[in-house]
Amino acid sequence: MESVKQLERLDLAKMSVRELNQFLHHELPRLGIKHVEILNPNGMHNIAVGLDADVEVDIRGHAGYFIGGMNKRARITVHGSVGWSVAENIMSGSVRVTGNASECAGASGHGGLVVIEGNASSRCGISMKGCDIVVGGSVGHVSAFMAQAGHLVVCGSAGPSLGDSLYEAVIYVRGKIHSLGADAREEPMTDTDRAKVAELLKRANIDYAASEFKRVGSARSLYHWNSDANQHY
Amino acid sequence: MCGIVGLMMKHASQRESLGRLLVPMFECMAERGPDSAGLAVFSDPVPEGQRRFSLFQPDCDWPALERAFREQTRADGPWQAVANHATLVSSIAPGDLKAWLAECDPSPHLLSVGRYIDVYKDMGHPSEISRRYQFSKLAGSHAIGHTRMATESAVSPAHAHPFTAGEDFCLVHNGSLSNPYMLRRRLEAQNLHFETDNDTEAACRFIEWRMQQGQQLDQALQTAFTELDGFYTLLIATESQLTLVRDAFACKPAVVAETDDYVAISSEFRSLAHLPGVADANIFEPLPEEIYSWKV
Repeated sequence: MESVKQLERLDLAKMSVRELNQFLHHELPRLGIKHVEILNPNGMHNIAVGLDADVEVDIRGHAGYFIGGMNKRARITVHGSVGWSVAENIMSGSVRVTGNASECAGASGHGGLVVIEGNASSRCGISMKGCDIVVGGSVGHVSAFMAQAGHLVVCGSAGPSLGDSLYEAVIYVRGKIHSLGADAREEPMTDTDRAKVAELLKRANIDYAASEFKRVGSARSLYHWNSDANQHY
Repeated sequence: MCGIVGLMMKHASQRESLGRLLVPMFECMAERGPDSAGLAVFSDPVPEGQRRFSLFQPDCDWPALERAFREQTRADGPWQAVANHATLVSSIAPGDLKAWLAECDPSPHLLSVGRYIDVYKDMGHPSEISRRYQFSKLAGSHAIGHTRMATESAVSPAHAHPFTAGEDFCLVHNGSLSNPYMLRRRLEAQNLHFETDNDTEAACRFIEWRMQQGQQLDQALQTAFTELDGFYTLLIATESQLTLVRDAFACKPAVVAETDDYVAISSEFRSLAHLPGVADANIFEPLPEEIYSWKV
């Protein structure tokens, strides 16, 4: 019987991303590996996408696009910054970035937790469908655009058109909001909101008081066609 | 898609390394644009009164063309030719050279004019083009490059970037404009001549025309923000600066890595990962409609 190996180090200077992902999809669950360290990501794309395993993954360095996309169960940490669409379509588990994230972090995520310790740029949480996103810094323009379910917590400030065409996702912002998008509105924080923010900050291991946050939700005025609106919303 | 790269060396002593450091950036971005490519390099100027002219002509008999040039124009100037590209340094007036080129059959394409600039463009995979013209040996203060995946006009050397206008001015673009014909009609009414139907050429000529009208590059770009409609990350180089801007939606990527030794710009970080000291560089993503400039 094969012995269970606890830590596997995989070096992208010595293997392709495809080989890496094939290992993570097929060999890793078979061998029961619980911890993977990925070296020399050097801005490469698609690292650790499509995982479905109870495993810790540490990516050591800056990585490219779609890191941890479609993740299920795995707990992925990028020790550096990432390009576009980190944790795109995340289903469960978590993806943490210790640096900054470029556009579309957590785009269309269904579940799980995305933590960006630095800043996330534009369109963070675009079309999110149930995941939770916590950003330690600020988010860029049109974040949570058409976000349908889940929570976006922003500990810094938010750029222009926050929550444009928002559905049922809820946004919490600690700092300044440059502007709200169409149909997004500031709403009173309730005890339930404060409990939710506190819970998410605790899970993200980011230390702020929930009482400092504002709530942004949907005014729901775009839900139904209004023929009298004459395209003014 | 398309890839853009730019590199400026901050110390004169490091200018010999420009091509060697830029080539891996350029070749990496071939994955964003494999159909054609180009590069503009700015190096020590030719003496006052002379200009450097970059010419392109596939399968050209360059020695014969050089002889014809001497006999027919009586103008001075050494020619340096490699493959489909030649650089002429001469005191001939640009208008006279253009008139002479127009009479040649086939008529070589004039890629750039200036005292500092040299432009290379060709079709094929960027790695092949880089090897063909020995980009790794290029020295200079700064260079910008482009790897093209054509979306809106033909794949040809003339449609490849960088585009140039006037003298010592060039631009590379990732994105697509939706009003290039409107800009073009406005500029044609000012007697500006276009060489292709490419959208980037319209942006290039528009910005350079604003500078001809007396605006500084930063002011011309502020005008461009209101006049250019579409998506763009633009990287612009003149003899004295390198300038980067993104459209209001920042739909096209860009990342900057700056150290005490260089400023490196690329569509994606992976093409900067090999640079010396990049682990400790100031790495940032440029904001929409902000103008980022670095002086030589």
